[in-house]
Amino acid sequence: MTTPIKFYQTGTFTVGNRLLTPEQRSVQSSEERSNALNSGHRACQGCGEALGARYVVDAAMRATHNQLIAANATGCLEVFSTPYPETSWQLPWIHSLFGNAAAVGTGIAAALKVKAQKNGTANNVRVIAQGGDGGTTDIGFGCLSGMFERNDDVLYICYDNEAYMNTGVQRSSATPMGARTATTMAVGAHPGAPAGQGKNLPQIAMAHEIPYVATATVADLRDLEAKVEKAMSIRGARYLHVLVPCPLGWGSASHDTIKLARLARETGLFPVFEAEHGEVTAVTQLRHPVPVQEYLKLQKRFAHLFGPKGDAQMLARIQADADRNIRRFKLLEQEA
Amino acid sequence: MQKPFAITLDPGSSLANKTGSWRTERPVYADHLPPCNAQCPAGEDIQGWLFHAESGDYLQAWQHLTRDNPFPAIMGRVCYHSCEGVCNRGKLDAAVGINSVERFLGDEALKRGWKFAAPAADTGKHVLVVGAGPSGMSAAYHLRRLGHRVTVKEAGPLMGGMMRFGIPQYRLPRDVLEAEMQRIVDMGVTVELGAKVEHIARTMQEGRFDAAFLAVGAHIAKRAFIPAKDSSHILDAVSVLRSMEGADKPMLGRRVVVYGGGNTAIDVARTAKRLGATEAIIVYRRNREKMPAHDFEVEEALQEGVMVKWLSTIKQADGGVLTVEKMVLDDQGNPQPTGEFESLEADSLVLALGQDVDLSLLDGVEGLEVKDGVVQVDPHSMMTGHPGLFAGGDMVPADRNVTIAVGHGKKAARHIDAWLRGQTLAPTVKHAVAGFERINSWYYSDAPKTVRPQLELARRTSSFDEVQGGLTEDNALFEARRCLSCGNCFECDNCYGVCPDNAVIKLGPGKRFAFNYDYCKGCGICVQECPCGAIDMVPEET
Repeated sequence: MTTPIKFYQTGTFTVGNRLLTPEQRSVQSSEERSNALNSGHRACQGCGEALGARYVVDAAMRATHNQLIAANATGCLEVFSTPYPETSWQLPWIHSLFGNAAAVGTGIAAALKVKAQKNGTANNVRVIAQGGDGGTTDIGFGCLSGMFERNDDVLYICYDNEAYMNTGVQRSSATPMGARTATTMAVGAHPGAPAGQGKNLPQIAMAHEIPYVATATVADLRDLEAKVEKAMSIRGARYLHVLVPCPLGWGSASHDTIKLARLARETGLFPVFEAEHGEVTAVTQLRHPVPVQEYLKLQKRFAHLFGPKGDAQMLARIQADADRNIRRFKLLEQEA
Repeated sequence: MQKPFAITLDPGSSLANKTGSWRTERPVYADHLPPCNAQCPAGEDIQGWLFHAESGDYLQAWQHLTRDNPFPAIMGRVCYHSCEGVCNRGKLDAAVGINSVERFLGDEALKRGWKFAAPAADTGKHVLVVGAGPSGMSAAYHLRRLGHRVTVKEAGPLMGGMMRFGIPQYRLPRDVLEAEMQRIVDMGVTVELGAKVEHIARTMQEGRFDAAFLAVGAHIAKRAFIPAKDSSHILDAVSVLRSMEGADKPMLGRRVVVYGGGNTAIDVARTAKRLGATEAIIVYRRNREKMPAHDFEVEEALQEGVMVKWLSTIKQADGGVLTVEKMVLDDQGNPQPTGEFESLEADSLVLALGQDVDLSLLDGVEGLEVKDGVVQVDPHSMMTGHPGLFAGGDMVPADRNVTIAVGHGKKAARHIDAWLRGQTLAPTVKHAVAGFERINSWYYSDAPKTVRPQLELARRTSSFDEVQGGLTEDNALFEARRCLSCGNCFECDNCYGVCPDNAVIKLGPGKRFAFNYDYCKGCGICVQECPCGAIDMVPEET
């Protein structure tokens, strides 16, 4: 193998490091980061979404020199960050409805364009729209598809925690098969969320052939920041899908949030890739591949798959799903 | 104030919401003791000096290292580096090459002429050190640093003790030894060579010494009774190795048999090869697993063509013929005779059966306890039963190697210093050891160990050139950076980055981090994701 070895001290996996030059460091390692989602927010202990939102927005703030406006769908992110009259947001931020974040973002982008044209100035203010998986894959899907189709100059970020967590953990169209939610209880002949249903929104976004689609997790900060930066260098409709584990809804330990995001990737269940104009252009290879059990066992929403009355068949199906992703996205290094 | 439609309150920041009140457990930064540091007999802060080496600041790394051990170039050659045996990185791929980085730093210091700083103040106390070996010179160095006057009395003609008279040149070149000894003399330590202390009490009285550290090496070879005819050429290992230092090399002949199984036996056999013996045969009573010599030395010797007769003992020497009896191991692993004999031709027989210390200088000193040929000391302070008289190295109960001797010297120096000031040192409270379970290995790149170059075999057996080479600067940096920094923050910014509540405060370069407990919800992500395990989770006090 001729792969150059990179050290944690000077390279790849940690957030920053004393041995790196400032330009090599991540946004999050900097004391000058925006903390766009500030302390005092009311997210649960170990909230993956709070983490993901700060990562994304801070990186976008740096990429746009703080010339940024955010539209936000209803959901955990909106509820825990802005209980009236307090706000954790340190940027212009608007919430309207559960389903229309993409449309509101589109409107702001259009208004900015008009304003710049009228004043004869450069249109440097950029727009992001963000929401959870419910507000994105289900309720806001029509508005989002329209935004893609018109190629509006908005980066839409979906924070995917795989259910409606804000209202008590109900199944969404992003809930993985086999998972227990309040509406897919672990009872009956086929407990948990049904197999063969749901939506894969990154793939649907790719089918719109928009300029940029990417997936990421909160476990790989450098990858996430690089994708945000790239997204902000492009004009037109862009979509970023971030996996954000939810300790409450997943029934996991609050300290395992990042570990779970990492395992989701390393099992192949959550493929991390980039696509431009409908074609996959880059994938993150698995570094230390692990079987799906290691990921599922840490989550109570999959507890019914294990133990004496477990569901070996469903486990095999989930593993097959992971294997299919590994094949489809070429997540393992090709044998030489 | 006029408010917009339907607005009744002023906008406020969420900073008013102190979410730290949710917490039941709190993260706390705490240093833990890396296994390498815990293991080091010389008490080196290995992780600490590697930290500086990682950034390429070799001077600071060397200064940090020599706070505990003044001989990095020597240690980098002769230390058995038990630190590497416990290195957590060994559970990932291969242990960090601590010893090779240490040697690099030592060589770099010699190349660049780095010196020790002179002591800040003079205490006016005068300490006698007996023996200029590793233990004595280590003690002299530390005592001098603490501001005491130090006189070292050495019976031999040169400094270095057993490092010079027991370790062959191919493992420790003499210019390296000389240079690291001289550096201590340059600090203002007086060394008197050829000055044998015959009677410690008298010497102390005459020299008006306030305290003494005894570090007499084990220079007397143990003998075994082997019936021999007059014509038999029988020598002992210590005198063979010692005579290597003089002009007249020992005459061993073409077939040399060495009797014993320790490192000294290996050293003599390898020396014999280099002196031109066609055959060097080690006769050892037990098998390789039971051999006390270090495995890598046995391996190097075998590569060089040294032969070993396992499970054999020498019964008789008759001119050029040895009678050898085969042995078997019993259930306890002890060799038992079989009554089966064979003969072995040999020009000379070298006995390497262990060494004793000449303790005659202690005759008549009150309160001393001598057991099994060594002086009993308080293991905490290294003080003998006689107040003010301390001892270390080969002459106290411990394994006999350079690193342990260096450690004794340092420990004794600290306690001598306290004793001279009328105090006693309390045992140092050590941090809990950072085991592998504290490491989040995900964050460490896969990087196999760099191997040091070795002299090719042909030149090894025909010369006394150094066998093991050193690392280049790039290699040394590479190797230092493989350190996991077990249990000690290396400022990777992970805790700062992974906190969902912005509750980690970055204090700036070299100052590490602090928690803002007003907002820390106690989720524990920072603890879980800290690569090196430098954060503990402790229950919140109610």
